[in-house]
Amino acid sequence: MSVVFEIIGGVLILIGSLFLFLGGLGILRMPDVYNRIQAGTKATTLGAMSLLLGVGFLKLDDDWTWMLKIVIIVIFIAFSNPISSHALARAMYKRKRYPVIKSDQEDMDAYKEVAKQIKEEEQS
Amino acid sequence: MIIIFYIAMFFMVAGLFAAAVRFVKGPTAGDRSVALDTLTTIMVAGLVLLAFVFDRIIYIDVALVYGVLGFIGVIVLARYLEGAL
Repeated sequence: MSVVFEIIGGVLILIGSLFLFLGGLGILRMPDVYNRIQAGTKATTLGAMSLLLGVGFLKLDDDWTWMLKIVIIVIFIAFSNPISSHALARAMYKRKRYPVIKSDQEDMDAYKEVAKQIKEEEQS
Repeated sequence: MIIIFYIAMFFMVAGLFAAAVRFVKGPTAGDRSVALDTLTTIMVAGLVLLAFVFDRIIYIDVALVYGVLGFIGVIVLARYLEGAL
């Protein structure tokens, strides 16, 4: 049973660290604050939960209290990360941060006009 | 088995570095808040991994408290940016 738990834990730790890296990379590379919220909270939620459960599986034979505490942290992350993501997106929407449109030229021209109007409104 | 921890630590430090670059560079306050949230989550996972590597269960409690404080900080920042505070 111990070898099975070690294999499961190792695979979960690798998956979790990969997703945490992808979350950090998304924070750096995404063009826009809404995309950054999406990349920075969803990917790191899965990554952190997977890595924590992997550590819990590795210690399950020695000491089961590790798994108990880790499950508490996993439940807390599953509740807290979507709440902070929602609060940040709502704050950005209330502050009128508009998303970047990168699809084609017509959308880009329309977006530039809208941005110009918003700038004039803010200045007046 | 120990090679897995080196690989995981490498990926997590790379993610921390990318998020820290965004935290320094970020054009608006919202970008910095999102980067702070990501840094907190990655550090919670890193503390739990360090707890396993050093075999000390007390680090898990540190990770739990750090996660709670980071969550409250991000919520307060978001409410302040919204204009509700």
